[in-house]
Amino acid sequence: MTMGQPATITPEGLQALIDALRQRGYRVVGPSVRDQAIIYSDIGSIEELPRGWTDEQDAGRYRLKRRADNALFGYAPGPHSWKKYLHPPVQRLWRMESGQGRVQIVPELVEAERYAFIGVRACELHAIAIQDRVFLGGAYGDPHYRARREGAFIVAVNCGTAGGTCFCVSMNTGPEVTGGFDLALTEILVEGQSLFVVETGTGEGQAVLAGLPSRPASQAELSAAQDIIAHTAASMGRVMQADGLPDLLMRNLEHPRWDQAASRCLTCANCTMVCPTCFCTTVEDSSSLEGGEASRARRWDSCFTMDFSYIHGGSVRSSAKSRYRQWMTHKLATWYDQFGTSGCVGCGRCITWCPVGIDITEEAAAIRDSERIKVDDHGGP
Amino acid sequence: MEGLERIIKEHPFFAGLPGEFCQLICGCAKNARFEAGQYLFHEGEPANEFYLLREGRVALQLQDPGRGAVIFQTLGPGEIVGVSWLIPPYRWTYEAKALETVRAIAMNAFCLRQKCEADHDLGYDMMKRFMPVLIERLQATRLQILDVYGAHA
Amino acid sequence: MPDDAAAWPSPMVPRIARVRRRFPEGPKVWTLEIEEDGGAGMSFAPGQFNMLSVFGVGEIPVSMSGDASDASCIVHTIRAVGPVSAALAGLESGDILGVRGPFGMGWPMAEAEGHDVVIVAGGLGLAPLRPALYHLLCRRSCFGKAVLLYGARSPEDILFRHELDTWAREQIIDAVVTVDHARSSWNGHAGAVTTLIPRAGFDPKRAIALVCGPEVMMRFAITALRSAGVSAQAIYLSMERNMKCAAGLCGRCQFGPVLVCRDGPVFRFDSLRSLLAIKEL
Repeated sequence: MTMGQPATITPEGLQALIDALRQRGYRVVGPSVRDQAIIYSDIGSIEELPRGWTDEQDAGRYRLKRRADNALFGYAPGPHSWKKYLHPPVQRLWRMESGQGRVQIVPELVEAERYAFIGVRACELHAIAIQDRVFLGGAYGDPHYRARREGAFIVAVNCGTAGGTCFCVSMNTGPEVTGGFDLALTEILVEGQSLFVVETGTGEGQAVLAGLPSRPASQAELSAAQDIIAHTAASMGRVMQADGLPDLLMRNLEHPRWDQAASRCLTCANCTMVCPTCFCTTVEDSSSLEGGEASRARRWDSCFTMDFSYIHGGSVRSSAKSRYRQWMTHKLATWYDQFGTSGCVGCGRCITWCPVGIDITEEAAAIRDSERIKVDDHGGP
Repeated sequence: MEGLERIIKEHPFFAGLPGEFCQLICGCAKNARFEAGQYLFHEGEPANEFYLLREGRVALQLQDPGRGAVIFQTLGPGEIVGVSWLIPPYRWTYEAKALETVRAIAMNAFCLRQKCEADHDLGYDMMKRFMPVLIERLQATRLQILDVYGAHA
Repeated sequence: MPDDAAAWPSPMVPRIARVRRRFPEGPKVWTLEIEEDGGAGMSFAPGQFNMLSVFGVGEIPVSMSGDASDASCIVHTIRAVGPVSAALAGLESGDILGVRGPFGMGWPMAEAEGHDVVIVAGGLGLAPLRPALYHLLCRRSCFGKAVLLYGARSPEDILFRHELDTWAREQIIDAVVTVDHARSSWNGHAGAVTTLIPRAGFDPKRAIALVCGPEVMMRFAITALRSAGVSAQAIYLSMERNMKCAAGLCGRCQFGPVLVCRDGPVFRFDSLRSLLAIKEL
């Protein structure tokens, strides 16, 4: 997926990239430290990047930590994902105006804002590709998503650090970025100084890179970059045995393990909010006090709420067990039926941000192990 | 008697009844006729018969003060009215009213119970015929209890 | 991308329609005849649904209950059970509402040709089946025996009573109506709709069954149809789940592997058989 020869840029070159993207009319967003977490927000300078920061992640645990070096991208994905830009939490859909006996529906304008994302990880690129299939792959599509998606410039970053809850290797979604970017960076540290090996994925990426102070990447830099990716791949915090997962879960819909997960699950919906592929929404209507205008907005929703499955009379999924099962089987099994791919990219956010530390890899393994024990029981001498 | 035997044999409820059982049963049977609006029996009365319906429809109903009669089931030709005769205390727990002119075979419950006691093969055959009817009505009743078409649904 | 924004309209934006006529069908149940502003007709297939909005209140999915061969008039039958359905059911002639649709996969009318057709409806489930009945009546000679088995709560709750009487009187279809309970003035059938199936007199080997009603009723009806000898591949049912978009984009109407709005609401029974038994799926 790469075009031309890889180049090397310095942090100053990275600043020049941000400047160039802004000049081209992009709204540049990237990682930043805020509220003791690395989140995504508007950035104008590399000084706003999380220089020298990393994180400690485990089930139900996230802590920022100082690195021994000054790496700019030396962290694992935090609570935000790019869906907050491509599929924003609230999106007005239309408004209805009336007056002088006339009523009309005014569709919400498709936003012209073009985003440049800095620091998109391999798992996140896969997450975006998964949402593409949801919002653009069916008979109906979402024009708002489409406009933002097609307008976006993506600067990916190969992960130099695996988080404690990462399992992209298991899901075959990382840590190396393989496509879906305009430019891809690998941060290498030479004598404590960051350098970025840049690969190009699109013509626009190539044009942007051409305007930056860069030089061809040396063989040593290229192999350092490869080593970093290999090291990250070898240090995943979690493992998910993905083979046969859809069938495994769908033949165990009544497994007692769901009750165990449910006994801990607070149905708080954190996992769905941080998940980079979760796309479910509700709609909300509002009207002006005098009644002449009304509008409808779409809002992120979660399969963990009671309202989510409400049909007149009550909720289809009233127990925590059924809601946890819905979420996990959707991610790992029924997503294939609905959209042709897995709904999980192995980013580990749902594990980290679960307040009680429910671990999707542990839950899947428990169900798999229970079958193995059963087989052993019957197959033993 | 021959007419009754033929009618019983041809009634769907007794489909495939062995000839010797048919003869035994016929000794307990007689023709019955009810005009529209006439009651086959009332709640609380001894369940001395059950009926094989040949023509016309029958409503099973309960009296509910303030609402009057509430119909919960209707039965027609080929079906049977009454299972209370099978089990002590052999009393009707609802009433049955003819909706139209009804022609039926009335089976004497004392007679049939005695014959079933004396010949358990006959008794078992009878049970195998009544049990599916009971189960089907129980299942239908569950659906009605759930009130699936009501405000909840 | 303003150029192709027009070519790529949001499926979420409703069109304005007006109520032409509203009439009562039973307790809290109303039928609305609506037409879109500008007179654009709507062609739909029996079993499909629209998303209907009352501005400022909300939006719900409602099946078409009218004749698909008349594109000029869209008919919906609505029971007032929640805030939106109550607001819709309360609309008067001339009032405006929002319409999106038609959505979803409908009844297998083409596949049913040459077969006996057994329609099993419960409660308001008769409404999504009425377009199928109109279609069947319109092309009556293309089908074998046509049976409608309809269960309602009480005689007062029977929908489209006049039409049912007409069809039965003219012997175009065998229409049998049963109620869960009735006062003594009721001269029709009482008892669960499932009890009508063994007595309906259709050929189970050449029958196609269309089932719509509350999910419990559908499960019982399917059991009775299967006992009568109808194969799982010949039974179709219309599912209901929470829907917000109807376009496969909001994720709410998931029923295991399917999205009810996109893959249904009408499904062949054998495709859902293993899922229907699972609690809270």
